[in-house]
Parts: sequence; structure tokens; C-alpha cells
Amino acid sequence: MSPRQPRREFDFSGVPERSRREFLKLMGASIALASGCSRELPERIVPYEDMPEQLAATKSLYFATALSLDGYGSGVLVESAMGRPIKVEGNPNHPASLGATDVFSQAAVLTLWDPDRSQTVLRQGVLSTWDAFRAALTARRSRFASQGGAGLHILTGSVTSPTLAAQLHRLLDKYPEARWHQYQPINRDNVYAGTRLAFGETREPRYDFTRARTVLSLDADFLRSMPGHVRYARDFNGARRPGETPSANNRLYAIESSPTLTGAKADHCRRLRASQIDRVARALAQRLGIAVESPTSVPIEAGWLDACAFDLLTRHGESLILVGERQPAHVHALAHLANERLGNVGTTVQYTNPVLAEPIDQLDSLRQLSAAMAAGEVQELLILGVNPLYATPADLEFARHLQRVPFSVHLGLYRDETAMRSLWHIPAAHELEAWSDTRAYDGSATIQQPLIAPLYGGRSPHEVLAVLAGEFEQDGHAIVRALWQGELGGDDFEHTWKTSLHNGVVPDSAFTAEQVTARLPALPPLRDADSSELEIVFSPDPHVHDGVYTNNAWLRELPKPLTELTWDNAVLMSPESGRRRGLANEDVVEIEYRGRRVRAPVWLLPGHPDESLTLQFGYGRTAGGRIAPGAGFNAYALQTSAAPSFDGGARVHPLGTRYPLASAQMHNRMEGRDLARMLPLSAVIQRTAQGAQPSKHERKLLYPPFASPTYAWGMSINLDACVGCKACTIACQAENNIPVVGKDQVQRGREMHWIRVDRYFEGSDAHPRVHFQPVPCMHCERAPCEVVCPVEASVHDSEGLNVQVYNRCVGTRFCSNNCPYKVRRFNFLQYSQDVPSLNAQRNPDVTVRMRGVMEKCSYCLQRIAAAKIASEKEGRRIRDGEVVTACQAACPTEAIVFGDLNDPASRVRIAKTSPLDYVLLEELNTLPRTSYLPAVENPHPDLQET
Amino acid sequence: MAGQEQVLGAPSSQPVLRGSYTYASITDKIADTVLERPTHWAWAVGFAVSASLTVLFIVAMSYLFAKGVGIWGIDQPVSWAFALTNFVWWVGIGHAGTFISAFLLLLRQRWRTSINRFAEAMTIFAVAMAGLMPILHLGRPWFFYWLIPYPNKMNLWPQWRSPLVWDIFAIGTYIIVSILFWYMGLIPDLATLRDRAAQRWKQVGYALLALGWRNDARHWARFEIAYLLMAGLATPLVISVHSVVSLDFAIGNTPGWHSTIFPPYFVAGALYSGFAMALTIAIPLRATFGLQDFITARHLAVMAKVMLACGLLVTYSYLVESFMAFYSADRYESFMLLNRMTGPYAWIYWTVIFCNVIVLQTLWFERVRASPWMLFAVAILINIGMWLERFMIIVVSLHRDFMPSAWGMFYPTFWDIAILAGSLGAFALLFLLFVRFLPVISMSEMRKLVKERRESSS
Repeated sequence: MSPRQPRREFDFSGVPERSRREFLKLMGASIALASGCSRELPERIVPYEDMPEQLAATKSLYFATALSLDGYGSGVLVESAMGRPIKVEGNPNHPASLGATDVFSQAAVLTLWDPDRSQTVLRQGVLSTWDAFRAALTARRSRFASQGGAGLHILTGSVTSPTLAAQLHRLLDKYPEARWHQYQPINRDNVYAGTRLAFGETREPRYDFTRARTVLSLDADFLRSMPGHVRYARDFNGARRPGETPSANNRLYAIESSPTLTGAKADHCRRLRASQIDRVARALAQRLGIAVESPTSVPIEAGWLDACAFDLLTRHGESLILVGERQPAHVHALAHLANERLGNVGTTVQYTNPVLAEPIDQLDSLRQLSAAMAAGEVQELLILGVNPLYATPADLEFARHLQRVPFSVHLGLYRDETAMRSLWHIPAAHELEAWSDTRAYDGSATIQQPLIAPLYGGRSPHEVLAVLAGEFEQDGHAIVRALWQGELGGDDFEHTWKTSLHNGVVPDSAFTAEQVTARLPALPPLRDADSSELEIVFSPDPHVHDGVYTNNAWLRELPKPLTELTWDNAVLMSPESGRRRGLANEDVVEIEYRGRRVRAPVWLLPGHPDESLTLQFGYGRTAGGRIAPGAGFNAYALQTSAAPSFDGGARVHPLGTRYPLASAQMHNRMEGRDLARMLPLSAVIQRTAQGAQPSKHERKLLYPPFASPTYAWGMSINLDACVGCKACTIACQAENNIPVVGKDQVQRGREMHWIRVDRYFEGSDAHPRVHFQPVPCMHCERAPCEVVCPVEASVHDSEGLNVQVYNRCVGTRFCSNNCPYKVRRFNFLQYSQDVPSLNAQRNPDVTVRMRGVMEKCSYCLQRIAAAKIASEKEGRRIRDGEVVTACQAACPTEAIVFGDLNDPASRVRIAKTSPLDYVLLEELNTLPRTSYLPAVENPHPDLQET
Repeated sequence: MAGQEQVLGAPSSQPVLRGSYTYASITDKIADTVLERPTHWAWAVGFAVSASLTVLFIVAMSYLFAKGVGIWGIDQPVSWAFALTNFVWWVGIGHAGTFISAFLLLLRQRWRTSINRFAEAMTIFAVAMAGLMPILHLGRPWFFYWLIPYPNKMNLWPQWRSPLVWDIFAIGTYIIVSILFWYMGLIPDLATLRDRAAQRWKQVGYALLALGWRNDARHWARFEIAYLLMAGLATPLVISVHSVVSLDFAIGNTPGWHSTIFPPYFVAGALYSGFAMALTIAIPLRATFGLQDFITARHLAVMAKVMLACGLLVTYSYLVESFMAFYSADRYESFMLLNRMTGPYAWIYWTVIFCNVIVLQTLWFERVRASPWMLFAVAILINIGMWLERFMIIVVSLHRDFMPSAWGMFYPTFWDIAILAGSLGAFALLFLLFVRFLPVISMSEMRKLVKERRESSS
């Protein structure tokens, strides 16, 4: 320990010496951050004699920043415990978050602490240093100056960062012959091209679901994957609350080419092959009075389209048509025109300047780069934060062409495929380690502030570009601050800067709506309607996305929505398509498409369109950490630049072998049991009018009831709001130190998630109704687990919590057998790993469990305790909303409400007084504290289909 | 008594002691098995096999303690499987011994005399195997003693409502009483061995165990009373132990467990499997050591009849369980039964029915009861059937209970099978050692039979 380190007495009994030392080192580095919110140089770190005011071992600090996905930022508050970022929460001030998060934000802390992250500069795969790289790059700058930067190419992903864009533009001004290419595998090309077709200029559509009463989604998964989806999910469900003003409930029509959560939540969903959606869009446009030639055959019944068109037309100004990123530009343009005709522009949809700093056609940009590399024109290639060797269409042969580039530099978090083949690899700083900025779906800018000094000396793209531009003296903080000083200016910049950092949003930075006038685009000829060729649809993986999260174990083990698969991807196809080919789940097939072949296991997914395959990106990696390689198949190996989203002409050859997949839910039907309820809106109105009905079940109890005199904690879960995104599951994992168990253990049914989201299919495989039901511990007042535990490890507390005493548990597992909800999780093996950097992520308020111990949802007991301490210090009761469980906080749609049932005004108490409130398996008389509100469907009266 | 025996049919009409044995010859015959007779090849083979399996058992347990119960195939929702199945099965096997030695003693069934000793040994070894299983199955086996009530600085007692705590008492009492009863019955024979042993170490060893028994009339008077009292104590245990074990399940709310018929159902099943195991042991034992004169066809036939009676009770329980599942109109109960019959584990259900119900019916036939090898085959099938029955009750009920989203499957691993095979090996090893070091048949009681025969013939 160096004398600079603060000397204090800690009780680290049982913690290995090495991790303790590292911890102190990290802590020392982060004290500076906690006090000044800036990355300071190590020389200025001094030991403290007195505790800094804010830094107490028992108190977490929260910092506002943003995390980005495909360039689009979402505001978060990151919890920092003793200088360690341990948990991400949504930022209530941020328009894309409103306090909620998606699964990716929750998993960010694990990526930050991932021991597999790249930790050193590499030159040709051999350890090198930042200084050596800087020297090498500087040496080439004289050539840039003489040749105007010819031969210098920079490849980035989608850039929304004003600072990065400004740096790039400065660089291009300085070296006019240099080229900046952008390619994000999941990009906005079709969206922007659609606005160019419709309006003649590039615009960013922005939706307002609060005002939309009829929504038609054409292959658009606005609840789960579009930029702004967290906000959209909130707004959509805000307009869908049953019981309050039922007649105002919205109605969602969805047509989708690959099953999504949006389709699952739709009142009317039709599953079509991706190429047929164009046809439907034209047929609908014609019904909406747009002068398009109606296609001869439409793959949807006329009645369905009529009903949809009727709803859209009658909700003038309150309807919305949106199109997914996969669909071609002219379908987007048709939708823009239709929205304009329906009076929706300015109400449910607005058009702003593009959020991307340079809204170019990214595929074209990548093509140009590839051609330039092939022609040997590229002398220097800087690849900033993307992995083109893996995540680009196969026909561009990026890997082969990269060999012709004499000086290639890769900046990335992992030693991934591109890192291994570039001349230089620079470890990137994580978003939580570096200064930067980003824009959200509506243009709102957030200055990203680091929570911790870079763990492995990683660099941000700003710093690399600064070296390239010869701006040596600047670190990330100075670069970002300088830009915003220019943008915001003024005498009180210091104040604005601090406010922006504190709130997580730069004031008034959201883009304003632009005036647009839509025109009918020229429509390409329709593809053959009767074509029976097998289609192939590319899609990001729901959890590892385009491959950026493949080494994130939380996301890998999080069961994917709808398929419930973990750890691998699979070719998704409809059960009917599988039957036709004699395929069952886990059968391996060879997919042949345009002369390329890929082998992949099959998963038959009810609700998938027939004769179509969904291929999800992100797997089939060959590098990038310990868990990234070796699982699943690489969908990019079939992707071509000619048809990057979907195409026909695929063929499937069964190979007769099997590849085991790990699904977290083995059984997909409710078997007629009353579990996830769904009611039509008419029934909701009727039941609400009738008021609460007494329960049919007698409550005869053998033992006297437990009293909850002070607080009585309870939870209400609104299934109508739940979109099945699983943010709750991963938030709980982050909060409660829940270990990852690995594929083999998931195959054995041993995943540890404390809150699972059950997914049931109902009805036919072709048109299933999908139900989602989050299931945490029910905290039964008559808990069956408590009776059977021989050692009193499962006990009731005075506030009605069913608590698990880990120290006392001997692991008989009788409690789990006796839990009818099967929410208890057992440490069959030593699942919690003792890895120093992973230990640093752990929540200090939650015990790490050893093997042989049962665990389960605690209603975030540690948060209740924290609120209780706070309230007792002030001599008052805990207020409603003061305790927010991790699942509740993350939920984009506020489906989960938690609070004190003894408080007559608490939101949870009010939710439970609804006549629709019900508990699971009421007949067992367990008296759960967790109850549910049913999902509500709002079908068009003419379409009583499901 | 004699008249009753005549009614029992051909093997039953045979005496419970064949040949013309005297006090001396009967003692020679039994004591020589221990003291004189060279090792039989079959014993040596059995010893080698069971010792190897015991080594496997030790390896499996060591690995288990090192890694945790995750080395088995248990999962969510099936968090109990082989260990608990083995437990219930081994406890059940234990029942026959106590039933034969205590219950039948009180009922003055003389045919118990030549089989009670090894049946009691079987009980003790089986209960020892059973007693290991709940400890092995714990997530943290080193804290097993937390289930035992003892004053401690944590000021915590076990949670008395849990049937697992009741188990501790039931099994604990059972094993203590069984050992005492068995040892007490051994004392006169140990004295005989002491007196006959040629080597010094054997003399000393048996003498220490014989507790100074001198065949004094006063010894005998007290012995008889104490033995009867012990039998009186042990008899209710036959009922209580498996009733309590059954409550491990009946107290739970899982469909397939939560049923009031479990205590009698389990006791009948226990006796059923216990007698099957007793036959499984007796038949090769008498063949190997030439004990056909003592363990006669009559014994086998009577045991077969007890087995038949118990088996019919078990069959009746199956019927009641099925009937109640439908009659209750409880959707979970009826699903449970349908799932047993037609679900992924249907083969287990039908194997159970085949072994425990259909094969059993052959015991109605005199010819089957008279043939040791057919009885042996039936007993083996019933042993298998009863193990599978417990597996069915535990695993097949758990794998699909209330929430279909949580349904799963159980697939055993190598270590599951190693524990089962290892416990069988350890059981056999203990038994083989018992056969070599202690008289498998009670000499003192056999001498009584000789005396009675003389008195009845004179």
C-alpha cells in the first residue's frame, strides 16, 4: 500500500488480500470523483484525515449520466457505493427514461466491472503502451498535413454525441481528404430514407403515445427496441389504464414479421412475412384515401383492414401509424403521408431534426469504406467503438480488406474480432468511466460524467481523436466542457454546466418539431404476392443486441422475451414451418442463402409467420471475452449489403443433429389454470361498476394470523401494463447480488432470478395470445414455506415480509417444494464467484449467498431498511413511494406498485381495492401480499377473433 | 397352532425347523458359520462387489460434500429426488425386520425365530443407509445438527411444525430401539460364541460383547421379560416411523403429496418392500450357507403371504388415491394423476403398477410361493417397484405442480446413481460382515424350537 492511500481500519475478514488491495486502490481513485465529479490526475489524490462530507460507507451517492444504445442515449442515475458504481436506475428528469430503464442500462455495471474487458494497449497482439501508440499516430500526422488527410479513414457507429461530432468535423476541416464513415449494425437508414422520400429532407419521427388512441404498428417494436422505447412503453401504457376512464383506452393493431413484445401486447396482431407488409401498407393507405394502386391480393382479411382503417380514420388526430426500422423507406414514407392525412402530425407524431449528428446512409458509407480498403486507398483506419470484423454484412468482406490497411487502430471495450486483426488495439473507457455526451430519441442532450476513473486506463473516442488532431493537452473532461461552453455560453455557464450534470439533461436541448409536408413517394413495384420462397429476417438479439453485450453474463442468462432462451441464439420459425420440414426444437439446420451457409439450431416460436426465419445477431462470436465466443451462430455471416434487413430465397437443410438450448420456461401453456388473467374491456367496465365482490374462498386458518402493526408491505402488479421486457428481472439481479449460473445450470432449471416473467401462449400456434406475468415472491401471509422449514430459516417478520435467513438455512429445500409459486431459488453449487472486479459491483447492503442456501425475493428488504432509518431519524412514518423496489424502479410501464398496506392512501392499497385485483392460486389460502390486476384487451367489436 | 399350520397349504405344512437337530447340532451348525466354516466363494464375490460399491459411495459422498448437491440432477422445481427416494425406500426396508422380530414375537408366531436375527440386522443397516440420506441431501450438511433440539448460544430451537424435525425423532428412536433390541437378542448367542471360540482375540471380543452372560436361569428370566418389553416398545415404531416419514410429504401442499391416506399407505408400502428385501436376502443366504433346514420353504411361503397382504393394501391405496383425485374435483390433484399416467414419466407409473400390483398377483399361486427362485424374482421386482413408487411420489409430483411456467424435468446424473448404488453396496457390505461375525440365526431361540418339537412329538 502506498503512503498516498488513505489508512483506515476496515473489517475485511474473509476477503482475500488481493481484492482488498484493489478495492482500496479503486476507492482512492474514486474519492476525487465523489468530491469533485471530475476525473483528476493521480498526482492530486491525497489522503484524507477527515471523512469527506458525502462519502460514508453506509450511504450511496447517485450521479446522473446517460447510457447509449446504437448511439441514442437514455438518462440514468448511477448508484455509487464508496466510489464503486453498483447499480443503474432511470433518471426521472430524462425524457427517454422518466425513471425507468431497459435491460441494457441495468446490465451496464456488469460490463463496467467485467474482468474480461480489454486492459492493455496491443500492437499486433503484443502488449504495448498508450504512449507508444500516441507516438506512432503522431508520426503519421505529418503525412496528413501534406496530403490533406488523404488515406485517413475513421469508422464510428451512430454518432449523436455533439462533442464527438464537433471533433470529427474539426478534423475533416483540417484534413479535407480524410473520410468519416458511420456504420451501426442496427441503424436508422430506412427511417431517415423514409423521411427523405416523404418530406424531401431528413427528419427524425418522434411519437407521442399519450395522445394516440388507435395505434397501428407495421413491424415496429416500439415497446422494446426503437430509440425511445422506454418512454414509448410508459406513454403507451399511460393511455391504456383500465378502470380509470375505460372508454378512452387505446387500441393497438400490430403487423409484424418477427414476434415482438409489441405484437404480444397488441389487441389485434397479424403475423406476416416481412415482404408482405409493404402490400398491407398500400392496401391500408388506399383505405385511408391515399392515391395508391391497391395491390391485387392482400395477405390479411379485408375485414381486419377495414376495422383498422375505420379506427384510424375515426380517431382523427388521435391515431398513429408507425413503421419499423426493418421496413423499406417507401413504407415509412407511406406511413408519414398517412399520418399527415389522419391529422396526426403535430399531435401523435412530430418530426424533428435527426438525432444523429450526420444522418448519412450508413450502409452506403460502409460500402464506400470497404471499396476504398479493397482499392488500397486506406492508409490509416481508426475504428472507434465498433466491431466491423464481426458486425458487418458478409459480402463486404471487411476482414479481408482490412488486411490491406497498413495502419489500423481499434478502440473497444473488448479484445474482440476487430481488435485481434487491427494493428493497434486501444482499450476503450466504459461510458461510466469517461466524459462524453449523447442525445436521446428527442434530441435531449446529456453530458455523460464518469463515475470512476478508467479501471484499465481506457480511453474515450474523444481522447483518441484529440491525439489524431494534435490536441494533446486535452483530456475528455476538457474536450466535452469546451464544446458545451461554446454551445451554452453565457456568464453563468458554470451554473448551467453543473445543473446539466446534476439533472442529467442539458436544459432545453430537446429538438423542436419542424414543419413538414408529406408527398406521395414513388412506389417500387410489389414483389410477387404468391412467392412461397422462404424468407429470412435479420434482427438484433433481444439481449445481446448486435453483439455489444455478448460478454455480459446477466444479459446472456436473462431469458429472452417470447422464446425464454438463454445463452444462445437460435433460428426462429413457426411451428408450422418446422412441422413441414420435420424439425423440432434444438434440431440443427444449415441455412443456405445467396451461396452462404450457416449452421444453427432451430427454435419453433408460436406466432412466428410461416415460411420465414428470424436470425438474431450477436452470437457466433470468435473473440471478445471469455463467454462471448462459442455460443450460437453468426447471423452476420448471412447478411448482405443488398438486403440487410430481410430477403427471400433462403433454404433450410436439416442436418439430423441436435444442439441443446437452455430455455428458462419449459412449459408454455396455462393448462386452463387461472394464472395470468386477461379480460376484454367490456368485462372490465362491468366488473368495475359492480364493485368488489367477496371472495368465494373461505379463509379458515389453523394458526393465528401474524399481525403487521407498523407497516404491512405489499405489491400490486398490473398485467395490463406489463410488456414482458424483463427489466425487472435484471434490475433485481443487479440490486440483490444474484449470481449467474451458466448454460448447463439453466438447462437443469437452476437459474437464480428472483423475479421471473412467465410467458404463456394461448390459442393456436399460428395466432397465439401472449400473456406475461412477473412472478416475484408472493410474501404470503400464510406462507407454506415457513411451516416446513425445520430450522426457522424461512420466517415472517412483523411487517408481513416472508424473510429468508441465509445464515440459518441448511438447505433442505422443503420450502421450495412447498412453494406453490416456485419462486424460491437454491444455490445448488457455489454460484457466487469470488472475482475481485465482480465483487466490486456487489451491493454492500445485500448478503452474498453461499452454496447450499435457499434464497428468494425479499421485497428489497435493504431498501425498506434504508427508508426506515431515514424516516426514524426524522421521527415520522415512511411515506408512500419512499420505498421503491428494484423491479418497480426499472419497470418502464410502472406495472409494479409497492408500498404499505396499512396506509389507506398508498398507491398499492388503492390498486388492491380494485374489483379486478386477484391473487395467484387463491384456493390454497396462502394469502399472498403480491396481487395482480388483469391484462385488458380492447378488441374492435367487429374483430372478435381471439 | 398345529392345526393352523395345516391350513396353510403345502410349504406351510412343513415344519419351521427341518431335519433332526439336537441342541448341540443346531448350535454347531449356526456357530460354525461364524467360527469354523471357510469363506464361501459367493461370499467373497459379494464382498468384493459390495466393497467396491462402498468405495464408490465414499467417493460420491466426498465429492458431494466438496461441491454441493448440485452434482445431482435436482433442480427447480424438482429439488428432492434420489436422496429422498432412497431415504424413504431404505426406511421402508427397515420395517420388515422390526415387524418380524417384535410384532410377530408379540403375536407368538414361531416361524419368525429363524429369520428375525438377519431381518433385524437388515433393519439396522437399512435404517443406517436411510439415516445418511437426509444429511447427504442437505445444502449445507455440516449444519445437520441444527435440526436436533439442543441448548445453544443462538437460543434457537428447531421449527417444530416441520415434519423434518419429527423425522429426526422418528428415525432416531427407531434406530436406537432397533439396535438395542437386536443386541439384546444377540447376548445369549454372543456368550455361546465366546464359549466356542478357539482363538484368544475372538474369545475376548465375544466375551466383551456378551456382557457376562452365563446362561443362568435368572439371566434367562430377566432376559425374557426385557426382550418382551423391548418388543412392546419396538412394535408401535413399526407404525410410527413410516407414518412420520409419510408426513414429510402429506404436510406439504404439493398435489400428489397432500393426502391423508399417506400414513397407512406408507406403512403398508414399507412392510411390503421390507418383506421383499427380507426375501431378497433370505433366499441367497440359505442357499449359500446351507441353512435350508432353518429357513425353510415354509418361511418363504409365509413371508410371501405377508408380502401379498401388504401388496394388496398398497394396491388399495393406489386405487383410493386415484379415486380421490377424481372425486375431489381438485384440478391439481386430477392433473397430477393424469400426469403420472400419461405424462413424461408415465413409464414409471406403469412400471410401478406392473411390479407392485400385477407381479404381486402371482403370489396367489402355491407354485410361486413354493419356488424360492420365483419368489426371489418377484421380490426383486417389488424392490424395484417400491423404489420407483417413491421416486414417482416425490419426483413426478414435484415436476408439474401448480404453476405450469415452473414445470420442469428431473434427469439423474452419475452421482445420483452412485449414491444409490453406493448405499446398496454399503448395505450389502455391512450385511456380509454381519454374516461372518455374528450368528445369522438365533441359536438360543432355535434351541427353544428343538425343545418345543421334542415336547410336541413326545
